[in-house]
Amino acid sequence: MIHSLFIINSSGDVFMEKHWKSVIPRSICDYFFDAQRKANNNEDIPPVITTPHHYLISVLRSNLFFIAVCMTEVSLLAPHPSPCLSVSATLPTGQLSNVPWRRSGVKYTNNEAYFDVTEEVDAIIDKSGATVAAEIQGYIDCCIKLTGMPDLTLTFINPRLFDDVSFHPCVRLKRWESERVLSFVPPDGNSRLLSYHIGSQSVVAIPVYIRHNISFRDVGGGRLDITVGPKQTMGRSVEGVVLEVPMPKCVLNCTLTISQGKYTFDPVSKVLRWDLGRIDPTKLPNMRGNVQFTVTQLALSGLKVNRLDIYGEKYKPFKGVKYITKAGRFQVRT
Amino acid sequence: MSTGGSYSNERPPTVDVDYAADPASGSFFSTEFKKHEDLKQMLDSNKDGLKLEAMKRIIGMVAKGRDASELFPAVVKNVVSANLEVKKLVYVYLVRYAEEQQDLALLSISTFQRALKDPNQLIRACALRVLSSIRVPVIVPIMMLAIKDAMTDMSPYVRKTAAHAIPKLYNLDPEQKEELIQVIEKLLSDKTTLVVGSAVMAFEEVCPERIDLIHKNYRKLCNLLVDVEEWGQVIIINMLTRYARTQFVDPNAGSEDDDRERPFYEDDEEIEDDETLAKRPKPMDPDHRLLLRNAKPLLQSRNAAVVLGVAQLYQHIAPRTEVSLVARALVRLLRSHREIQAVVLTNIASMSTRRKDMFEPYLKSFFVRSSDPTHIKALKLEVLTNLATDTNISVILREFQTYIGSSDKEFVAATIQAIGRCASNIREVTDTCLSGLVSLLSNRDESVVGESVVVIRKLLQSETVGHKDIISHMARLMDNIKIPMARASILWLLGEYCDKVPKIAPDVLRKMAKTFISEDDIVKLQILTLATKLYLTNPKQTRLLCQYVYNLAKYDTNYDIRDRARLTRALVFPSQGHEDNKLAKHAKKIFLATKPPPVQQSSFKDRDQFQLSTLSHLINARATGYQDLPPFPEEAPDPTVRYVELPASFTPENHHKPSHPKKSKPQKMKSFYSDESSPEDESEDDASDSSSDSDSDSDSSDSDSSESSSDEDNESDSEEEEEEEPRFKRKVSGGSSKKRPEKHGVSQSSGSEDTDSSSSSSSSGSESSSDEEAENSEDSDEDVKKKKKSDREQRNSVPQGRGNRSNLDLLLDLDDTPPAMDTPLLTPSLGGLLTPSPSSQPSQPLPPGASIQPASAKFVPTVTQELLNRISGGGLAVACRFTRSPHLYSPRMTSVELSFTNNGSEEIRDISVGSKKLAPGMALHEFAGIAVLSPDTTLNGTIGVDFNDTTQPAMFDLVVGGRTFSINITAPIGELLMPLAMNEGDFNLNQIKLRGMNEQCGVVSLSSGNKDIKSLVNRVYETANLLQVQCSSNDIVKFGGQTASGKALVLVSLSLPQDEQESTISVNCEKMVISSMLLKEIKSALKRD
Repeated sequence: MIHSLFIINSSGDVFMEKHWKSVIPRSICDYFFDAQRKANNNEDIPPVITTPHHYLISVLRSNLFFIAVCMTEVSLLAPHPSPCLSVSATLPTGQLSNVPWRRSGVKYTNNEAYFDVTEEVDAIIDKSGATVAAEIQGYIDCCIKLTGMPDLTLTFINPRLFDDVSFHPCVRLKRWESERVLSFVPPDGNSRLLSYHIGSQSVVAIPVYIRHNISFRDVGGGRLDITVGPKQTMGRSVEGVVLEVPMPKCVLNCTLTISQGKYTFDPVSKVLRWDLGRIDPTKLPNMRGNVQFTVTQLALSGLKVNRLDIYGEKYKPFKGVKYITKAGRFQVRT
Repeated sequence: MSTGGSYSNERPPTVDVDYAADPASGSFFSTEFKKHEDLKQMLDSNKDGLKLEAMKRIIGMVAKGRDASELFPAVVKNVVSANLEVKKLVYVYLVRYAEEQQDLALLSISTFQRALKDPNQLIRACALRVLSSIRVPVIVPIMMLAIKDAMTDMSPYVRKTAAHAIPKLYNLDPEQKEELIQVIEKLLSDKTTLVVGSAVMAFEEVCPERIDLIHKNYRKLCNLLVDVEEWGQVIIINMLTRYARTQFVDPNAGSEDDDRERPFYEDDEEIEDDETLAKRPKPMDPDHRLLLRNAKPLLQSRNAAVVLGVAQLYQHIAPRTEVSLVARALVRLLRSHREIQAVVLTNIASMSTRRKDMFEPYLKSFFVRSSDPTHIKALKLEVLTNLATDTNISVILREFQTYIGSSDKEFVAATIQAIGRCASNIREVTDTCLSGLVSLLSNRDESVVGESVVVIRKLLQSETVGHKDIISHMARLMDNIKIPMARASILWLLGEYCDKVPKIAPDVLRKMAKTFISEDDIVKLQILTLATKLYLTNPKQTRLLCQYVYNLAKYDTNYDIRDRARLTRALVFPSQGHEDNKLAKHAKKIFLATKPPPVQQSSFKDRDQFQLSTLSHLINARATGYQDLPPFPEEAPDPTVRYVELPASFTPENHHKPSHPKKSKPQKMKSFYSDESSPEDESEDDASDSSSDSDSDSDSSDSDSSESSSDEDNESDSEEEEEEEPRFKRKVSGGSSKKRPEKHGVSQSSGSEDTDSSSSSSSSGSESSSDEEAENSEDSDEDVKKKKKSDREQRNSVPQGRGNRSNLDLLLDLDDTPPAMDTPLLTPSLGGLLTPSPSSQPSQPLPPGASIQPASAKFVPTVTQELLNRISGGGLAVACRFTRSPHLYSPRMTSVELSFTNNGSEEIRDISVGSKKLAPGMALHEFAGIAVLSPDTTLNGTIGVDFNDTTQPAMFDLVVGGRTFSINITAPIGELLMPLAMNEGDFNLNQIKLRGMNEQCGVVSLSSGNKDIKSLVNRVYETANLLQVQCSSNDIVKFGGQTASGKALVLVSLSLPQDEQESTISVNCEKMVISSMLLKEIKSALKRD
């Protein structure tokens, strides 16, 4: 059980606190600040800090630290929702119904169901350009505006692709296991229906290639030559390509000639950022790294939604599916 | 991490918006407030708006950590505010400060007590929550009472809150434990998914040692697991892990060695699994299997805690072959936030020390990215090292090689350590690694070199043959390297293997002696060691040097070094007169003994002692409150303790009695054959359909054969022979025993039809007309069939066991068919003449073992309802009466007795049913037509109406000698029910299942005259066709029944407090319309004087 919760902002102020079991003075956070000082950056702070009497569990989200203070053994990742008093006049909707994720009495004039299939490619590319590891992390996010209590069925052309899937609680697991069909009463509005993982065992085609040549001299700087090109995108263009090159601490500034886009160098975080935009296959961008890119209309794994059926309601909704491939944790080693 | 309960990613904006657009800026909270005085004034004002504003500011102060305690009196008096917003903020304030001002806080208690009785469940829950959060010891008894009240609350939400309150009360006053355990026991038996998670949490907090409380609920918990909310799942899984450890035997017992030696890649294969399962001497307890099976789907949960919970469950209680299942899900979690990654990797690291094969396929997922935080990198390295085998070592080493170039020094050091571990664990690559490490010695980065030296030292220690050049190379490094640990390592190596480098070692010692004073402590110690060893092996060259070093050490500032010098000097250079010192003689043996090489193993090896996914496991130390996972018992405790009377897998489907699609006769032939043609495809229930079809087939053939031979017995015999196949099917099908009465009815009706037709002049005519009618109804039947198809599919899963039993009954019954058929009756109904015995009743909607049996009506109403006035009917008056006997055509039908009275002076001929206008889902079985109704006589006919559990009227035309009259029968709700006999236990059990929305309650004030139980019971009987349940208490009367058509349970309980004028009625039925209407009817019946 969590005793207290402190929220600390980026400048190191405890700006909110909440106590459940007993009031713990905020000086307990000093242990955290010590750890923060020791760590190089905020990411490196250990998630659990042991103090003589308490355990501090820190969670970093959008530059805010949430410090939960526990005194006894807890089941990790699962701080039980301590009964907090919500200030809103109503309970979270649906707390009492059978489908807690959907409120009742939904009404829309335009019935729409949109599905975004987003795939993020996590890859590690070798110095020589060979793929060391590549995985796809995919999500199907839906935006569903349907009247009443529709019962949807989403089928895929190639459901065998999924290695490992995790679902929104609304998805009927039994049906998936037996028929490989997503059957669910959707939550209203935006939600993440499922996320899947296509592991490193299967072959993943990387949509871009990067050739680089970096050399540092001890004194007076070095040379950097990077070429980016598209690869295996089935005719789709690669857009929004961004290269991030984390430079060593000794680099003070970068003076570069680029053929396309623009670059910035942040001298504080030592990150060189090259914003390329769309890659034109005929004229390869060249800049004398991390990569980000987007390929719309394509799911890299080849996943395709087959059809969406609606049961339980009479109307015909407008349906749409969008495919996007993005770079996830895409790294090129130098 | 989002808190529980939020299912939609898109959350409605909460009131936080009011505080500040960006809470992180703190601008709202840091606004300098004026004095508290104006807040007090605002709180004292009459306007809710001002109060709300003041409360918001106060709560803002509280959240900011400022002291707002001096406002306590001003705030507390607002607890009575009618404004819900103000009230809630006052609650928040109270929870924070009540502890400090206990006396004042007591003033607010009465408000809570009132709120606990509020009709709104949310307010009740909120009051209980705040009451339990106020840490004031004086109110312990009040809290106890409130919890006990809430525990029996109708709303599951309030019961859940009661469960949450239990640990809080326990913390406040541990003396209440015994009483709280009783509450927990009650809550654990709750069947609502909302409650069980919180109940288990309370159990874990208060009395985790009372494992006996779980026995009865074990199966229920397993079965509900998937439906419980996520945080509840985590708690239940953890608790069940512990439970399984105490109740089941080790599934891996005896198979340990065998499993270890098996090649890793075969592990996932199912065949292998089966084999090991077969080999295992003791089969797994089915309950053990149940838990594993029900937890498995949760691996696909989106909640990391749930996945991790299942992973530890499998790790700790599953057979070794099945643990690998969890690997994939755990690897998936590596994509999430760094905190989750850290926890998951720690667990994987610990699991992988024992089981390489599990994560080996996912090796690449553990490759380090430069963007990972350092502690994640270290954990990944740990996992990679654990996973290294001789097959994948090359991949891993290549990976390690790239890591060495990283800019993160700590990580590089860890990588080199990892290489060392791989090298010492896998013989094949030791040499490669060693040479790789040696090449690192020329790295520009000193920390790399330093770390390499240390690792090489460890490696050399385990095999020293022919590494002279490495040692001499390292000796040369001594001049440049600055890292103390590395210098110490080199010195130690030189000392240990000084015989291999006899020339270099003394020279190094000479250099070190020069720099001794400026060295680090650890280096100084090693210099001492080196000097001693060299003196022992090569005293000629090093004697002076050694003494010099000793002298330096003697006056060192560090007492450790002084002590060490004193000790070794006494051994090596014994003082005068002690030369024969025994130890000194053996000095060489002591210092140059062969030392065991350091075993390089995972630092996670010893974490096994902790349960996975616990805090203690993560920090590798025993956290307060950590409970050791008990070892598996040698002998399994009695498994029968988990047996419950009703199977725990009580699903709503069981409520739906396999309903009987009504069929008309001739059409059956077709469907019968089509069913037969594809028996494999047809599910079990279709088979039961076909058998019911064949039933009616046989009936039609009966009527034919009865024309040729009048002997009834013969006929049924021949029928049995003819229909052997379908009858066999009937044996298989579940719930078909109900067919018997129906069949009798039909065969009899056809019999009577025959007599009718023979008496009437046109026998062939009636035959053909009935055929036509059947054609018509065939179409409508098709519709009904389609509609029911989905129902039927569900019903396929109805357990078979019951079917077997009921069919046995059926066969037995067939032999002694009562000769009821020759009763000369005009109508197909047996009316009230023959009360059906329970054995010939339709099978039950409830699982076997339950006491619930259909029963005959206790009361048959004599009141009739006029359907057709004699004036408008041209002399014919028709009245109806509900006979409360099951209709023979279908158990779904309600029997309605129509009495026809001829008030005219002429004979009325040919009364029959014409067209029917029924609402969808309803059905009507007509009475056999009346041929002649002479004046001043009354004849009865019974029709069966399936009202489909609605109060919609059944409309049909009555054809009387060519004229049609429209008839409209509306059944009072009480007549749509059938009585059921059950014991009180079953009643209570089912009543619990039908809580919440399915329960309707009402209060009725009883006039003094009818406080007598008997009269009350009679009144209920008059109103509804129910049966009283034998009850232990005198204050309460309970009635059981089911709806005729849907077979939904209807439970009525009537409390009769001795001293009060008011009686509470509650009606439980899953059909809410029925329960609410029935409640109204009973109320009005009881009010009547």
